[in-house]
Amino acid sequence: MTTNALKSSGPSAGRAGDKIFSGAALGAGVLILLTLFAVAVFLFIQALPTFTADPAEISGGAGFFSYILPIVIGTVIAALIALAIATPIGIAVALFISHYAPRRIAGPLGYLIDLLAAIPSVIYGAWGYLVLAPALVPGYQWLAENLGFIPIFGGPASQTGKTMLTAGIVLAVMVLPIITSLSREIFLQTPKLHEEAALALGATRWEMISTAVLPFARPGIISAVMLGLGRALGETMAVALVLSTGGLIPSLIQSGNQTIAAEIALNFPEAFGLRLAELIAAGLVLFVITLIVNMIARAIIARHKEFSGAN
Amino acid sequence: MSKRIDVKDLNVYYSKFLAVEGVNINIAAKSVTAFIGPSGCGKSTFLRTLNRMHEVIPGGRVEGEVLLDGDNLYEPGVDPVNVRSQIGMVFQRPNPFPTMSIRDNVLAGVKLNGKKISRSDADALVEGSLRGANLWNEVKDRLDKPGSGLSGGQQQRLCIARTIAVKPDVILMDEPCSALDPISTLAIEDLINELKNDYTVVIVTHNMQQAARVSDKTAFFNIAGTGKPGKLIEYNETATIFSNPAEKATEDYVSGRFG
Ligand SMILES: Nc1ncnc2c1ncn2[C@@H]1O[C@H](COP(=O)(O)OP(=O)(O)OP(=O)(O)O)[C@@H](O)[C@H]1O
Ligand SMILES: [Mg+2]
Repeated sequence: MTTNALKSSGPSAGRAGDKIFSGAALGAGVLILLTLFAVAVFLFIQALPTFTADPAEISGGAGFFSYILPIVIGTVIAALIALAIATPIGIAVALFISHYAPRRIAGPLGYLIDLLAAIPSVIYGAWGYLVLAPALVPGYQWLAENLGFIPIFGGPASQTGKTMLTAGIVLAVMVLPIITSLSREIFLQTPKLHEEAALALGATRWEMISTAVLPFARPGIISAVMLGLGRALGETMAVALVLSTGGLIPSLIQSGNQTIAAEIALNFPEAFGLRLAELIAAGLVLFVITLIVNMIARAIIARHKEFSGAN
Repeated sequence: MSKRIDVKDLNVYYSKFLAVEGVNINIAAKSVTAFIGPSGCGKSTFLRTLNRMHEVIPGGRVEGEVLLDGDNLYEPGVDPVNVRSQIGMVFQRPNPFPTMSIRDNVLAGVKLNGKKISRSDADALVEGSLRGANLWNEVKDRLDKPGSGLSGGQQQRLCIARTIAVKPDVILMDEPCSALDPISTLAIEDLINELKNDYTVVIVTHNMQQAARVSDKTAFFNIAGTGKPGKLIEYNETATIFSNPAEKATEDYVSGRFG
C-alpha cells in the first residue's frame, strides 16, 4: 500500500477555520430563506379567509381584487414619485461628494447624509404634515390652473396640501439618503486605474465619470435604488400622516388614493375577523410586489454581467 | 504628427515632499527615450508630469516648464484635458475599461470631446488602431466581447490601440511590459519600434535589455537616499549610457553593481 505524503492526517487549524466559516455562511443563508418562507406562509394562512369569503363581505362589497387594486396602484404611484425625484438627486449628490467636493466638505457632507437615513419616519411624517403640505398648497393651485389639462394635475387642488404628490415628496426625502450613501460608497470604489485611463485619454471630469465611474457603478446604483424602493413601498407612518386618503383618482394634487402600508397601519388597530384577514392579504400582496421588483432588478443586473468589471 | 519635449528646471512635489528635483531634458520628435533607475527615484512621477497626470493625485504639483514644441504645458490657462489628448499614456497595469467591448475601448478616447464619427469611419479607425497595436488578428472576430476578457498582454496592446486611436503627438509608457510574459513583451517592443515612425515615445523600464533594445536615448535617474528627491543623473545616447557612461553611478547601475 502506498501512502500519499500530501494526505495529511488530522484536521489542521486552518481547515477547522474553513469549516466553521462555511458552516456559518451556509447557516446564515438558510436562516434568511427560512425567515422569508415563514413570513410568506404566515401571511398566506392568515390571509386565507379573504380568498374564500363571499365577495360581498369584503370591504367595498365587490371582492378582494377590487378592494386591493386601487391601493396597489396608489402604492406604486407613491413609490414611483419618490424614486423619480430621489434617484437623480441622490446620484448627483453622491457624485458631488465622491468626485467634486473638496475633501474638507466631502467628509462632513457624507456624514450628514448618513445621519438623515437614521431619522425615524414619524419625524418625516410630522414634517410633511406640518411644514411641507401647507407650503405646497400655492404650488398645487398654480399647477391646477395652468397644467390642469394633464390628468395628474387635475383640479381643484387640495386646500390642505395632503396629497399623493406631497406623500411622494416626503418619501423621496426619506429614500434620498439611502440612495446617496450607497451610491457614494460605490463611486468611491471605482478603480483609480480606470479613472486615470479615462483622464489620460483627454477626458474632462464629467467624461471621466461617464466613461469610467457610472458604468462601473451601474449594478450598485440599481441595488441602491432597489433598497430605496423597498423603503418607499413599505413606508407606513409618513404616508399615513401626510396623505388624506380616499378612492383612486388620477390627480396627484387632490386628496385621495391610498397605499397598502398606510392602509394596514391605519386600520390594523380596530381590525378583527375578516377585516384583519383582508389587511394581512394586502400585506401579502405588498410582499409579492417587493419580490417581483427585486427579481426584475436582479435580472437587469445579470443581463450585463459580462461587462460588469467583476472579471 | 509628433512633437518634441523640452523640460526646464522641473521640480515635482507631493504636497510638501519634493519627489523629483531640477530636471532638464530635451526629447527629440520621433524618437524613443527610456527612463531607467532604481525603484522610488521618481521615474513614474516625472513621466506623469509630461502630460499633466501628476496633478490628478491630491497634493501633486510642479514648478518649472515642460514645453511641447515650444508651448509650455503648465502656462496658466492651458487646459490639462487638451494636453492629455495630445500626449497619451499607457500604464504599468493594463487598464481597459471593463464595462466596454474591445471595439468601444478603442473608440473610448475618440468619442470623448463630444465627437461624433460615422460607423464606417469608426470601423476603419478600430481596425487601423488595432493593427497599429499588433492586435487586430487576435481580436477581429470578437470585437464586441468585453476588453477584460483578453490576456494581460492583449489587454496592454488594447490600451496602446486606445491611445493611438486619438492620434497623439507623444506616447508615454510606464513599465508597459512589467506584467507581461516574454513573448508579449517582444510584441510590444516591436510595436514601440514601429510607433517611433509616427510618434515620440517615452518609456519607463526596469529592464536594461529592453532599454537597450528599444530606445535611442536613455535617461538615468537616481536618488541619494530615502526622503531625498530623485534627480536626472545622466542623459545620453543609449549606446553611450550602456557602454561608456560619464557618471560612476550610471555605470554601477547599468552593470548591476548598484546598492
Ligand atoms: N501618491 C503619492 N503620494 C506621495 N508620495 C508618492 C506618491 N507616489 C509616489 N510617491 C513618492 O515619490 C517618490 C518617487 O516615486 P515613483 O513612483 O515616481 O518612483 P519610480 O521611480 O517610478 O519607482 P518604481 O521603479 O518602483 O516604479 C517615492 O519616494 C514615492 O514614495
Ligand atoms: Mg514607477
